[in-house]
Amino acid sequence: MTIELTNITKNFGAFAALDGVDLKIADGELLALLGPSGSGKTTLLRIIAGLDWPDGGDVSFDGENALKRGAGERQVGFVFQHYALFRHMTVFENVAFGLRVKPRAIRKDEASIRARVKELLDLVQLDWLADRYPGQLSGGQRQRIALARALATEPRILLLDEPFGALDAKVRKELRRWLRSLHEEINVTSVFVTHDQEEALEVANRVVVMDKGKIEQVGTPGEVYDYPATAFVHGFIGESVVLPVNVAEGRVWIGDQPLNITAPNVGGPSKLYVRRHDMQVGSESIGLRGAVRHVRSFGAIQRADIAVCAGGNETLIEIDTPRDHALRTGETVELHPRRFRIFAD
Amino acid sequence: MSESAIALYSERGGARGEPWLARVVVIGLTMLFLTVFVVLPLVIVFAQALTHGVGAYLAALAEPEALAAIKLTLAVAAISVGLNLVFGLIAAWAVAKFEFPGKTLLITLIDLPFSVSPVISGLVFVLLFGAQGYFGAWLQSHNIQILFAVPGIALATTFVTFPFVSRALIPLMQEQGTLEEEAALSLGASGLQTFFRVTLPNIKWGVLYGVLLCNARAMGEFGAVSVVSGHIRGETNTMPLLVEILYNEYQFVPAFAVASLLALLALITLIAKTILERHLDEGRQVRDN
Repeated sequence: MTIELTNITKNFGAFAALDGVDLKIADGELLALLGPSGSGKTTLLRIIAGLDWPDGGDVSFDGENALKRGAGERQVGFVFQHYALFRHMTVFENVAFGLRVKPRAIRKDEASIRARVKELLDLVQLDWLADRYPGQLSGGQRQRIALARALATEPRILLLDEPFGALDAKVRKELRRWLRSLHEEINVTSVFVTHDQEEALEVANRVVVMDKGKIEQVGTPGEVYDYPATAFVHGFIGESVVLPVNVAEGRVWIGDQPLNITAPNVGGPSKLYVRRHDMQVGSESIGLRGAVRHVRSFGAIQRADIAVCAGGNETLIEIDTPRDHALRTGETVELHPRRFRIFAD
Repeated sequence: MSESAIALYSERGGARGEPWLARVVVIGLTMLFLTVFVVLPLVIVFAQALTHGVGAYLAALAEPEALAAIKLTLAVAAISVGLNLVFGLIAAWAVAKFEFPGKTLLITLIDLPFSVSPVISGLVFVLLFGAQGYFGAWLQSHNIQILFAVPGIALATTFVTFPFVSRALIPLMQEQGTLEEEAALSLGASGLQTFFRVTLPNIKWGVLYGVLLCNARAMGEFGAVSVVSGHIRGETNTMPLLVEILYNEYQFVPAFAVASLLALLALITLIAKTILERHLDEGRQVRDN
């Protein structure tokens, strides 16, 4: 099942939740919508599900207009952040719900329904909880039951809204791995929303980074991490060191100090972005230096706060360096970005 | 905590440290007040009803006028509880599950019958449907009797008891949100299936709670019904109206016999209410887990 979103807009009062979003999702993909809260990612997911309607734009499934179908007719499985299990039904009845509400003509008989539910509970490895009520389950168990319920009707698309957001760190890690392998097993086109970059990068085949109702970048986890397309993506994903610079005719200045690096295609006040582990301390000089303010060591790295003079102001940056090159508080060091990006303000 | 620690703790009157005398006085005053103003009247109602023995009590209730009043009260309660159940569900649904302009006004309006004196509520219907009222002439020409008849009593009772069901449901439904309904819809359930399989089971204790209170008030309503009833003996007298009439005629045993039925209703309502509240709390706790 492919999904194509064209120029989707959605406003809540004066607030533009989605502002001209275009996105193509390929068959069998496991896609992450990643962004801070308020970026519009959940709204986009709900529009795909038919739980919200866009103010403008098109949604099509396999080339067919999906907007003329209601949520129940889109064959979409939706997993809610807070599970939304039916609290008055047993786990078994929760999973069976989608099968039981089908019109009589296409409803399976009781034996087939029971067999299907059993199969799904086996799939999520919780068949022993069939007679419990949602209130008696742990968060991770509820989430897996919610997933089994969504899969019961054999949806063509699986949508998950912050699927692990309400779980503690350890359970979250387990479920992530489990979701990946489940996707490999059933291979249904899946989209999940998350604000957790680690989750997006670890689980998804492709990541869509969103901010303020717009898509900032679409790419594989490697692409969005290593080649961020915008300042927002660079700042949002991974740990970044940011320095204010000025670019004139391709030359980069920090304050009144020229740096021995070039920035074609950029001009005027800009920001120099460097991954924290890409900032090296050493003899090689590009004209960027700073004073070590504080050093702390743990594991294989030492982390240092370094004050860089930029114009009249000091900018404090935090970098990671290998432990074998000991830094002393107070000394002035040469900084050399192994890789960097410059984005105009 | 060891036993001696408990003893020490209670000797000092607990962590708040108030002396035992203050506690005794406060609790004692509360009990005294309750006894004088609540328990005593209740006991007197039953005592008066039974002054001439069980035989006289039962005979008083078997009078045609008493039977007619009981029947009318039950019928009126059934009509207004039925109507308010439907209206209350719809109103609560609208308020809890949708956002729309004028919502605050609607919630205020739902409460209106609680803040208006029941007599005024009754008078409104006289102004609307009375012979000199807005619809009076039209009703008369079509030979429809509303005032001084069952429809008028049912209308006035429905108006007065309108808030009970919706008031019981609005906070419950707002707390539950719309997620389960959305889940049901995306699983392919129709609107009606969603309501009967997901929404209604989730609010059933709240519905019962609202119906119970609504019923108690509907059966006990005096003011509004008194204005629209016309007090026709054996026809438009509900139980509370009959109690007043009998009492004014110095027929104390029949008056208190009918009153005792209303008191009994109150006691049953109280017990049922306690049980329902326990269920509502349990539902809340399950959700919080």
